[in-house]
Amino acid sequence: MAKEVLIEFQNISKTFGSIVANDKVCMDVMRGEILSVLGENGCGKTTLMNMLAGIYYPDGGRILIHGKEVTIHSPKDAFDQKIGMIHQHFKLIPVFTATENVVLGVKNGSRYNLKNAKKTIGEMCERYGFHIDPDKKIYEMSVSEKQTVEIIKVLYRGADILILDEPTAVLTPQEIEKLFAVLRAMRDDGKSIIIITHKLNEVMEISDRVSVLRKGHHIATIETKDTNVQELTEMMVGKKITLNIDREQVKDPADRLVINDLNCTNADGVKTLDHVSFVARSGEILGIAGIAGSGQKELLEAIAGLQKLDSGEIIFHRPKKDLPVSFFHKTFKQVTDLAAEGKFHYEDGTPVDLTGKSKKEIRSLVNDGKILFNEDEIMNLRDKTPLQIRELGVRLSFVPEDRLGMGLVGNMDIIDNMMLRSYRKGKSILVNRKRPESLADQVVKGLEVVTPDLHTPVRKLSGGNVQKVLVGREISSAPKVLMAAYPVRGLDINSSYLIYNLLSKQKEDGAAVIFVGEDLDVLLGLCDRILVLNAGRVTGIVDARSVTKEEIGFMMTKTGA
Amino acid sequence: MLTNFLIGAIALGVVLLYGCLGETLMEKAGQLNLGIPGIMCMGTAGGCFGAAQYMNGLAAAEDAAWLPLILISICFSILFSVLTGLIYAFLTVTLRCNQNITGLAITTFGTGLSQFIMDPVYVPRDRFGAASALFAKGFVNDPDANGVLRIFFSHGVFVYLAIALAVLFAYVLKRTRLGLHLSAVGESPAVADAVGINVTAYKYGAILIGSAVAGFGGLFYTMDYLKGSWENASTIEAFGWLAIALVIFTLWRPNLSIFGSILFGALLIAAFVLGGSSSQKELLKLLPYVITVLVLVFTSIRNKKENQPPAHLGLNYFREER
Repeated sequence: MAKEVLIEFQNISKTFGSIVANDKVCMDVMRGEILSVLGENGCGKTTLMNMLAGIYYPDGGRILIHGKEVTIHSPKDAFDQKIGMIHQHFKLIPVFTATENVVLGVKNGSRYNLKNAKKTIGEMCERYGFHIDPDKKIYEMSVSEKQTVEIIKVLYRGADILILDEPTAVLTPQEIEKLFAVLRAMRDDGKSIIIITHKLNEVMEISDRVSVLRKGHHIATIETKDTNVQELTEMMVGKKITLNIDREQVKDPADRLVINDLNCTNADGVKTLDHVSFVARSGEILGIAGIAGSGQKELLEAIAGLQKLDSGEIIFHRPKKDLPVSFFHKTFKQVTDLAAEGKFHYEDGTPVDLTGKSKKEIRSLVNDGKILFNEDEIMNLRDKTPLQIRELGVRLSFVPEDRLGMGLVGNMDIIDNMMLRSYRKGKSILVNRKRPESLADQVVKGLEVVTPDLHTPVRKLSGGNVQKVLVGREISSAPKVLMAAYPVRGLDINSSYLIYNLLSKQKEDGAAVIFVGEDLDVLLGLCDRILVLNAGRVTGIVDARSVTKEEIGFMMTKTGA
Repeated sequence: MLTNFLIGAIALGVVLLYGCLGETLMEKAGQLNLGIPGIMCMGTAGGCFGAAQYMNGLAAAEDAAWLPLILISICFSILFSVLTGLIYAFLTVTLRCNQNITGLAITTFGTGLSQFIMDPVYVPRDRFGAASALFAKGFVNDPDANGVLRIFFSHGVFVYLAIALAVLFAYVLKRTRLGLHLSAVGESPAVADAVGINVTAYKYGAILIGSAVAGFGGLFYTMDYLKGSWENASTIEAFGWLAIALVIFTLWRPNLSIFGSILFGALLIAAFVLGGSSSQKELLKLLPYVITVLVLVFTSIRNKKENQPPAHLGLNYFREER
């Protein structure tokens, strides 16, 4: 294949305020190749491509196409240069059909004719091996179908250069295979394809060449066959790092959370949880895999008491065995009643009998920690309020797509955000900022949060740092059950591994950790068991040490029972 | 009796239909315009002003000709409503003010100003009767003609114009690129922007055309239905609110709004036909609103995404810069 330079970036610079996103980037794209643009989040790879797609305009430097300098001010200019970008967040209108979305905005002089458009779409599908129903509405489509519509939309406009921003982030392994086949078919058809990614194994699998960006600088562009994962990682991060997740064997597991037959229906009448049952044990990490929107959020929220359920039980085994009884959680009457049932014992193992003892004696026995529980306390969390559930040590840290969406208040500083979880604790009517302040300090130091000081509003921190604050706050309370959903969304490699190891640490400390993740490689490396959700149903609970990615991918998409 | 009831229902329905069509167009572009009552009042005032100028320029009332009268009236009506709509468009689209508050302000402004314009000093009323007879002239004007003929052909030109516009709007929205682009702007201006649709132009276009159409509703009511008597702006304002409710009732579909408006018209006129004490009449007048509330309840149960309001309704569009 003749290698012909199609696009050249010459000294492209772009700054946003004081942040330099791209600094004198020089690179090129060949005709008929698949080029990976690799880099950590915030390295400027998406910014660079957005300049090619007309979303941003460079502050300095030139873009050459076919050796001629071009100015791309808007997405329309990009289309005129036959450049099309498929964004991470799909730009589609949910109530329109696939065809309507594809023809939207196209003014090719001809009469508005959806039939002809459908025919063209059909031809494209045949040529590159897509499958799509042109009359299907977008809101009825899976993520993978939506992505297909986006690709067709770009091709319909005659694009020869396709830019895909993190195209595999939300796909299953099987869907990724299909996508890659389509991309290869397009490459062989002479189209140039640029993939923005941070997943190394995909770079190795699909691309002909790879360009590495780090902190806005272009580090190198090399042939994929001449490099390896270790080398690319070093170029990406800038130093030698070891990417290991310390996974210990599970130590004395005990049932912590027994989920029985949960059912939940959303406002649209769709079942979001369908007979979900499983057990989360102490000292292990239970991973939850599934396509986005398969019920992960509903499940975690149900456990945290935030989601209304149709039916089912959430039984929490509160770790109490051999721990002292206190009046903090139990009233005097509850203590005497439980003692009468023989639920307590003394330190030496003899059963507790409180009959005949005076109130004062009982109080002093309890307060001195002389009375211990025989076994774990069992309770149904469905009877409890979200606040009570939190107090019991069941903690949820959910990182939504917009990080400030849940759990943190953007305009408040780190200290005040810490206090959101504890402001009820104080005895005085005035708030006490001392303890949250020391907690904030611990989190900032422990998790290497980059912030000017503790009083900076959280919204001014970068995404990764916001997440560290969120996860750090939940972990700080030594939870019994820790639920973390997408805790590394958008984090760089180092911070991600910091979080993984934090979760592992929680597990070693005896917490039951439930981890909802997007990256199957991580799920396989971090978790002890993996539960697979598919359209609200549990399609498998497997041992993470022996299962393969393909098996999980199959469970994520299989239909039927 | 039934014939007269139906004729009345269609006539009152058309008042609502104009408002509803105008509002539908704007809502399709994502603009929730609560200024419709004010715009309808301004359209009325403009049309009446134009008609008055024409009639006063004549030597005798009998010299009035149908075509110039209607044309001058329509032109002035469009001028007044479009200028009012322009204020709303400039505030919400260009300056990105809150649509609800701007709309309410436009209603207050429009009703007040129209009341001022309709002062006999500016709009001499003495020849209105003759003008209104021309407005109301239909194909069948004999009150003893066949009932069916009268139901369909005894109306003034504005009734047929309204239905023609409704059919045209339905066609444009459903079958043309223009309609697809307009819906895209209302559903997701960001997506529309990204594919090169000029969001601002579409929004302005929809608001200005919608305003012009809405204004005809009040003009028709005053000149045709009320036979040229201007009581006060508040009746037209009330119709404006009902028209907005009708948009929801007809699920943003101009073809459905033809039937919806006649149904609402029938419910409104039922209060007068059925009689009863004045308090019972007031109760009957509530019916259209009760039905709208019921429709809102049913659509909010959300069986179909297509029956939902445009996703970006009432939200202003900012093109993001990181």
